[in-house]
Amino acid sequence: MPNNFLRRVDLIFDEDCNLKDVLKSTYQRSNDDIINELLESGLKGRGGAGFPTALKWKFTSEQPDADKYIVCNADEGEPGTFKDREILFKVPFKVFGGMAICAKVIGAKEGFLYLRGEYRFLLPELENQLKVFHSALNDLGINFTIKIVMGSGAYICGEESALFESMEGDRGEPRNKPPYPTVSGFRKKPTVINNVETLVYSFMIFRYGARKFKELGTADSRGSKVFSISGDTPKPGIYELELGMTVEQFVEEFGDGDTKAVQVGGASGFCVPRKKFKDTIIGFEGVPTGGSMMLFNSSRSMYNVLKNYLEFFEEESCGQCTPCRVGCQQLKLGIEAVKKGERHAVYLDQLQKLAQTMKITAKCGLGQSVANSFFSIVENFKEEMIY
Amino acid sequence: MAKKINLIIDGIPVTVDEGTTILHAAKQLNIHIPTLCYHDDLCVAGNCRVCVVEMKGARTLPASCAMPVAEGMEIMTNTIKVRTARKHIIELLLSEHNAQCTTCYKNGNCELQSLAAEYKISEPTFIDLVPLKNYQIDAFSPSIIKDDSKCIRCQRCVRTCEELQHVSALGVAYKGDKMKISTFFENPMFEVVCTNCGQCVNRCPTGALVERNYIDEVWDAIYNPDKHVVVQTAPAVRVALGEDLGVPTGEIVTGKMVSALRRLGFDSVLDTDFTADLTIMEEGFELLGRLKKVLVDKDSSVKLPMTTSCSPGWIKFIEHTYPEYLDNVSSCKSPQQMFGALAKTYYAQKRNVDPAKIVSVSIMPCTAKKFEADRPEMRSSGFKDVDYVLTTRELAVMIKQAGIDFGALPESRYDSFMGESSGAAVIFGATGGVMEAALRTAYEVVTGREVPFDGLNITPVRGMEGVREASIKIEQTQGDWKFLEGAVLKTVVAHGLTNAKKVMDAVRAGKGDWHFIEIMACPGGCLGGGGQPIPTSAEIRQKRADAIYREDAGKTIRKSHENPEIVSIYQEFLHEPNSHKSHELLHTHYKERQRY
Ligand SMILES: Cc1cc2nc3c(=O)[nH]c(=O)nc-3n(C[C@H](O)[C@H](O)[C@H](O)COP(=O)(O)O)c2cc1C
Ligand code: SF4
Ligand code: SF4
Ligand code: SF4
Ligand code: SF4
Ligand code: FES
Repeated sequence: MPNNFLRRVDLIFDEDCNLKDVLKSTYQRSNDDIINELLESGLKGRGGAGFPTALKWKFTSEQPDADKYIVCNADEGEPGTFKDREILFKVPFKVFGGMAICAKVIGAKEGFLYLRGEYRFLLPELENQLKVFHSALNDLGINFTIKIVMGSGAYICGEESALFESMEGDRGEPRNKPPYPTVSGFRKKPTVINNVETLVYSFMIFRYGARKFKELGTADSRGSKVFSISGDTPKPGIYELELGMTVEQFVEEFGDGDTKAVQVGGASGFCVPRKKFKDTIIGFEGVPTGGSMMLFNSSRSMYNVLKNYLEFFEEESCGQCTPCRVGCQQLKLGIEAVKKGERHAVYLDQLQKLAQTMKITAKCGLGQSVANSFFSIVENFKEEMIY
Repeated sequence: MAKKINLIIDGIPVTVDEGTTILHAAKQLNIHIPTLCYHDDLCVAGNCRVCVVEMKGARTLPASCAMPVAEGMEIMTNTIKVRTARKHIIELLLSEHNAQCTTCYKNGNCELQSLAAEYKISEPTFIDLVPLKNYQIDAFSPSIIKDDSKCIRCQRCVRTCEELQHVSALGVAYKGDKMKISTFFENPMFEVVCTNCGQCVNRCPTGALVERNYIDEVWDAIYNPDKHVVVQTAPAVRVALGEDLGVPTGEIVTGKMVSALRRLGFDSVLDTDFTADLTIMEEGFELLGRLKKVLVDKDSSVKLPMTTSCSPGWIKFIEHTYPEYLDNVSSCKSPQQMFGALAKTYYAQKRNVDPAKIVSVSIMPCTAKKFEADRPEMRSSGFKDVDYVLTTRELAVMIKQAGIDFGALPESRYDSFMGESSGAAVIFGATGGVMEAALRTAYEVVTGREVPFDGLNITPVRGMEGVREASIKIEQTQGDWKFLEGAVLKTVVAHGLTNAKKVMDAVRAGKGDWHFIEIMACPGGCLGGGGQPIPTSAEIRQKRADAIYREDAGKTIRKSHENPEIVSIYQEFLHEPNSHKSHELLHTHYKERQRY
């Protein structure tokens, strides 16, 4: 069967664009005009939650405060994701450019790039690139500066409100929402926080126009996206692909011929078993992903996969809220107990109910999303959980 | 005026101010939503999640303590989804909890226990995590015991110590399954900046933070025929004790408390209020003396402003945080320690009891007083001046243990001597009280007239505002005090160490030109002390304060220097305020402590 949907795209890493030209032409436009173009493009956040980027910018622009901020989330901690690293390595100026456009729209004078602790090796070159960027802004008469803030190596600090806490020098614990960052973010001021990739796409939309972006993808998932592909695949790496493909199409291209499951969206994402490859679209209408795609072939124990994820969550939970802190420990110990025969298989039903409670009561996205992999693995690979 | 928001809770429409949380909106409808991490005195944490409710149109169940109302919101507090979720959350908490209620100090007064009872948690659903944890008990402090195996990580203590006290002795350490409440470098509470104020103890919903209790030691002393057991009761105890014994909040139970103490078997039931009056004499004259040395003698070794010294939480705070101002602290011991020193000297002589046989017990609203009694500075009688300090809560426990029907007790009076007090001593229990009492006496000493306030009520220093300033102009001075003619005495009152910090930072920055500063470590003063009945909230503190001022107003003697027993002790024993003897027994000096 010809793979007629899977299309490689080259927007992100396309070098055929000039920072100054894009900024100059965009800064001449009205804020409404910019927001409308972004709205038309249909761009949704690439950090996981998929919130329409234009609306985030719009809400923040409407706040009356004098101080506002744009923060680039480069904490990239989701297991199996390494696309932001690649973007920052290859085209950092596009990230900065996206931030500068956002700064104009919301009225920010300062921007911050929160860089994952493990990416410290990128710092010297990023600082160099920042110098070039700041001098370009200077030439254009734009009053905006970006600072790089190093993360501390905790996964939870990628969650936006925990990230602000961490930037403010406090323990990285998620805040209550509302208020949302658009109203109260960094230093309790209105803040746009976007993923690295989101900012690059925003920049490219003002390079090529919303049209070109919108032509790609589906109604719910416009454009393309950068995928980090890993696991049992002959060609792991970073690929920019048009959104809207099915898992089947994806596996045809990247599988090793024996793929039994694909974990879409990392530990906090969903596991798609072979029998559902055909009907599952990768995107907001099916399984959304921040970019991580992990392929598993039949040699893998899905029990081990799930246990690994649960160990990850058990350790990376900030620990403040009950459902997540204790729930993660119980889920992990629970599947171990069932596997060892210390608890009857029906205990898995109890655990599923618990995962459901975590999904609806945890304070932040981390605890809420543990259920994603838990349900999709336990339901689809029940025998592997028991025997 | 705040914007009004209309919403529906459990089918009932309600209109509340914008910014109200669902929890509070429900309260207006008398709908009870369970909480654990929420506390009236603290910022919202939203971490326990037991207060979740269902919100129409929402995917998740919001925490009602943290979710503000919105127009047209529809909330359900009692659906199967809510019930299941809450039950799960309680079960999860219990699975990491060393739930040995029968041997737990908080048995019967524990929010987790009540919640488990309310939700009828029976068989444990989940795996017991306790054996997997390396839980520690920190029992080194004379004031506070911290047992991590009873902790539900609600962070009330952390918020208390940071927001109310600005001490941050407690913080969150580690993450995930290892997350715990800890001190700097996980040192024992005894060795860190903790002031022993007990505010965290007062807010801990479980048995994870409790006072070190000395109930059995006190019973032992009472039952020992060789011992003469003297008890003193602090001013703030009588306005709160009733709360733990079925009496409505805000009712003063002095007479019943004295009867109960006698029934418990104490040999002598005396009053810290007496030494509160004595403190006013000593501290008032010390202030006047300092003013004279600074203004007239130009003695640069004498420091102003002078701060009060009766709150041991404040003393430890200044030792750690503002040690360069220790010379500004009044050299007076706290009323508790003055009493202790006199019990084994003056009292012993007058009653003809061997001081070695005296066991001196004090009932305090305070956990820091336990630490204070253990300080090396507090042995000027030649013995440990105060042997055991019990909190208001511990006294309530003893009264219950003795099978006393508190409500049915007759009222009785303190023993004499060291049992008489003035209204000025009574108000020591409220923030601003020491200041007011001191002014009543000092002004009269200097001018020969009563303070120029209606009914002796110096209202500017009263109230619950965190920092309150007041000044009083001194005119028509007499005798030795002519140098104060026309001077304006400037004072400031702060309660809660966060407010103390504000005042001290102003002093440090040279911004406050005060002469006299009153600081109480606890919010509301001693009436809101860490050893007071649980719960304590702004509303409860206000009721206790009202009771205190009612008691003062009803007293025939309102000024410390008019207390006849005070007059006698100076005639018989101390000679005059700040005398050599006073200094030997009633004054001390504190030393710097490291912050870490
Ligand atoms: C536990 C957790 C970790 C997260 N980590 C990241 C991250 O590393 N990078 C990121 O861009 N977004 C991360 N997010 C999502 C952010 O909270 C936020 O939604 C995102 O940065 C918004 O950007 P976008 O609108 O461009 O997607 C994380 C969320 C959670 C709950
Ligand atoms: S869900 Fe987990 S990570 Fe998020 S606030 Fe709760 S404990 Fe922290
Ligand atoms: S803290 Fe509460 S629930 Fe825990 S053992 Fe003590 S009384 Fe029981
Ligand atoms: S006793 Fe007071 S100072 Fe010590 S930890 Fe508790 S609140 Fe903080
Ligand atoms: S010690 Fe008490 S107040 Fe502090 S987190 Fe634990 S249970 Fe809560
Ligand atoms: S009381 Fe609301 S989350 Fe704890």
